[in-house]
Amino acid sequence: MGSSTINVTLKVWRQKNAETKGEFETYPINNVSTDMSFLEALDTVNEQLLQQGKEPIAFDHDCREGICGMCGAMVDGIAHGPDKAVTLCQTHMRSFHNGDTIVVEPWRAKAFPIIKDLVTDRSAFDKIIASGGYVSVSTGGVPDANAILIPKKDADLAMDAAACIGCGACVASCPNASAMLFVSAKISHLSHLPQGQVERKERAKRMIQTMDDLGFGNCSNHRECEAVCPKEIKLENIATMNREFASSLF
Amino acid sequence: MIDAKIPSGPIAEKWSTHKFESKLVNPANRRKFTVIVVGTGLAGSSASATLAEMGYKVKTFCFQDSPRRAHSIAAQGGINAAKNYRNDGDSVYRLFYDTIKGGDYRAREANVHRLAEVSVNIIDQCVAQGVPFAREYGGMLDNRSFGGAQVSRTFYARGQTGQQLLLGAYSALERQIGAGTIEMHPRTEMLDLVVVNGKARGIITRNLVTGKIERHVADAVLLATGGYGNAFFLSTNAKGCNVTASWRAHKKGAWMANPCFTQIHPTCIPVHGDIQSKLTLMSEGLRNDGRVWVPKAIGDKRKPNDIPESERDYYLERRYPSFGNLVPRDVASRAAKAVCDEGRGVGESGLAVYLDFADAIKRLGKEKIAEKYGNLFDMYRQIAGENPYEVPMRIFPAVHYTMGGLWVDYNLMSTVPGLFVLGEANFSDHGANRLGASALMQGLADGYFVIPYTLGGYIGGTVFDAVTTDHPAFAEAEANVRSMTDKLLSIKGKRTVDSFHKELGKILWNNCGMARNKQGLTESLQRIPELRAEFWENVIVTGSGDELNQTLEKAGRVADFLEFAEVMVNDALTREESCGGHFREEHQTEENEAKRDDENFSHVAMWEYNGPDKKETLHKEQLVFENVKLTQRSYK
Ligand SMILES: Cc1cc2nc3c(=O)[nH]c(=O)nc-3n(C[C@H](O)[C@H](O)[C@H](O)COP(=O)(O)OP(=O)(O)OC[C@H]3O[C@@H](n4cnc5c(N)ncnc54)[C@H](O)[C@@H]3O)c2cc1C
Ligand code: FES
Repeated sequence: MGSSTINVTLKVWRQKNAETKGEFETYPINNVSTDMSFLEALDTVNEQLLQQGKEPIAFDHDCREGICGMCGAMVDGIAHGPDKAVTLCQTHMRSFHNGDTIVVEPWRAKAFPIIKDLVTDRSAFDKIIASGGYVSVSTGGVPDANAILIPKKDADLAMDAAACIGCGACVASCPNASAMLFVSAKISHLSHLPQGQVERKERAKRMIQTMDDLGFGNCSNHRECEAVCPKEIKLENIATMNREFASSLF
Repeated sequence: MIDAKIPSGPIAEKWSTHKFESKLVNPANRRKFTVIVVGTGLAGSSASATLAEMGYKVKTFCFQDSPRRAHSIAAQGGINAAKNYRNDGDSVYRLFYDTIKGGDYRAREANVHRLAEVSVNIIDQCVAQGVPFAREYGGMLDNRSFGGAQVSRTFYARGQTGQQLLLGAYSALERQIGAGTIEMHPRTEMLDLVVVNGKARGIITRNLVTGKIERHVADAVLLATGGYGNAFFLSTNAKGCNVTASWRAHKKGAWMANPCFTQIHPTCIPVHGDIQSKLTLMSEGLRNDGRVWVPKAIGDKRKPNDIPESERDYYLERRYPSFGNLVPRDVASRAAKAVCDEGRGVGESGLAVYLDFADAIKRLGKEKIAEKYGNLFDMYRQIAGENPYEVPMRIFPAVHYTMGGLWVDYNLMSTVPGLFVLGEANFSDHGANRLGASALMQGLADGYFVIPYTLGGYIGGTVFDAVTTDHPAFAEAEANVRSMTDKLLSIKGKRTVDSFHKELGKILWNNCGMARNKQGLTESLQRIPELRAEFWENVIVTGSGDELNQTLEKAGRVADFLEFAEVMVNDALTREESCGGHFREEHQTEENEAKRDDENFSHVAMWEYNGPDKKETLHKEQLVFENVKLTQRSYK
């Protein structure tokens, strides 16, 4: 285990609401166990703030196991912090050093307006899914599950793409605030499966249209999204999506 | 006497008969009825989507920023279904039987049989939606055996089954939102139930971003708000899981059933310190290949790999030769507690046992193990800072699931007409212990295949008064909510919400956790009201009610836990037997197994609210077993 304690300073973006201007506030915390998660470090600061009658830092989180996609912040300029392939809630203080000053900011993207402190509005993602990220089946009257055989390879590829947790790190890290990785993951998940074939063209067209309408930027191949994705969603999905989109035009 | 509305006839025909006999609502009429669904986990999303597809007007609520983030997303291991694709002797009847037995004979036969029947449809539905379940090379669906089952009936999507099932239900939900048939309210918390002339007719909510308190009217209200495991503060549940919706409905007349039935899961990452905010589950699937052990000697502080084979006690294999590492959760958890109580626990705190993969890696190779459990091993490494491919995992039991919940009849309707309860929030199918991979099954069964029929039966058979949000019952409920919010904001005390919550959690864990006894429970009944009184005098809630205020949200939830905990403890105290997850130390066999008292406790305990700080009234639903013979569970 080798747990030890460190002293760090958190420099955190505080913003009362969408209308007011925000600014950084600095919070030193001492004797932080390196086994503590990053969100537990924020909890610690918040407990101290509350004791002083001050408002705690607002941040989104729920599962704290890296699966719900609710947490997320820029830590020293990197979405979800320094560790590769993990969410902020799974980042632990052992990834930092004694004496570090750690800068914490919300996702910044036109399509994700700030609500308060580190909390942003990511409902644009839901709107994209509502515009086509599904197979149009209603409950009941479907065939037996084994009536459709799916090669393991295809099921695995679909699963790789379906693992996206919708956290928005891809958008936050992209200089263009593009949602291509998110959208392509859904398109590619369904296009690898027979169930997704019927609506594939329509789906790509509608989801991409919605994405553009909501103010997400374009992809210009910076690859930042892939680098920060906590679920290691691959850039190839964007190529798949582009193919689907191109074919939808014919 | 309470009527559970169990249909007559042989067990295998009850559901079909009931569906046939239930009233129908003409498709053209459905759009005249509004249904409120609170919760977007497996139960809430599947119900919302299905009802909207059928033509009802649906309004759906969740407190997360997106319906896709409900706690169901975190389920790892899998979902059961009696498909018998393996030809290994599974059947609807066997799944029914295993569930009744696994629940230690404290569940209702008719509900459980229906659950087993519709389990097969769930898998079909999910596959049609594009859920990428694991496949074999021939393209067929893969299965694993899970949580004490002797057949392979568990379907899975890597270690992310809950995520994939929820994303399937969420996509169906979003499709209806896109079609305009569901009005979705994320970041909105239900804070009261509105009852008009004895029927559930709406809810009061708080918009968590603006703080706006709102009224919503409907013809029926469905709660799919999940379990209350977070009463213990530390649990495997997501941080937001709470009892608020259920508790406030309870105060409006919905009886609470078997609140003391909590599942303590044997394989979680141990607690590391005081600031710990939650516990992480290591899926039970790991017990298929991992072997559980502790040193034979008390206080053996050697590193695990330095302890020779002959000095290890594989205590589950020793005590339960036929089930070994796969005994049900309650049995495995208690066995872990027992070896730690003896002083043979491992790790810094001595509150952990080893889960060792060395043999499995030798047998199957590291690659195969990585393919099966890679994401779990990564998660373990990230949290514990150790490599489980090289050293055994350290695990310890943690609060995981609540079998208790709001009482419902066969139609999933609570004691308040028009209020239905689905998923983990109800008490119905798992008795005193839930089998692995059965919660996902129940959530989706309730939402996709049960409620569409039983809600129709209710709506079709009811004459509705015209009610609007101007009705005095709405004004009264809204005033309640406002006064509670104002009160919390006005206290400006000295202790944080979390510190109260942690203290409550400790009381419950120590006295109403893996083992319970009269003395501890009685003391808790003293301590909880004191803590609650202190909370209402000394809690700190900063900020205002007109903005995003996470402290205020938490305070409301902890206030409810502080009331609910008393009923939970009372229930544990009055159930003078041991069964499933409820282990009363006074009632055990010579071999330290749970000793049921079928003569006196073969019932569902139902608690009725009588007003603030008043003792609740206990009612009983007698359980009738016509198909399964009650025996002492044995996993030897
Ligand atoms: C770590 C973990 C792993 C698990 N693994 C498995 C597994 O492998 N197999 C299995 O079968 N089961 C598993 N379970 C259990 C299973 O995941 C849950 O029992 C199940 O998902 C509960 O689903 P639900 O729909 O009832 O509720 P939830 O998914 O908990 O959803 C509750 C919903 O209610 C909403 N809500 C709650 N209160 C309010 C309110 N007051 N106002 C508005 N909205 C509200 C929430 O926003 C959320 O949308 C696991 C559980 C955990 C903790
Ligand atoms: S809190 Fe769920 S992913 Fe981080």
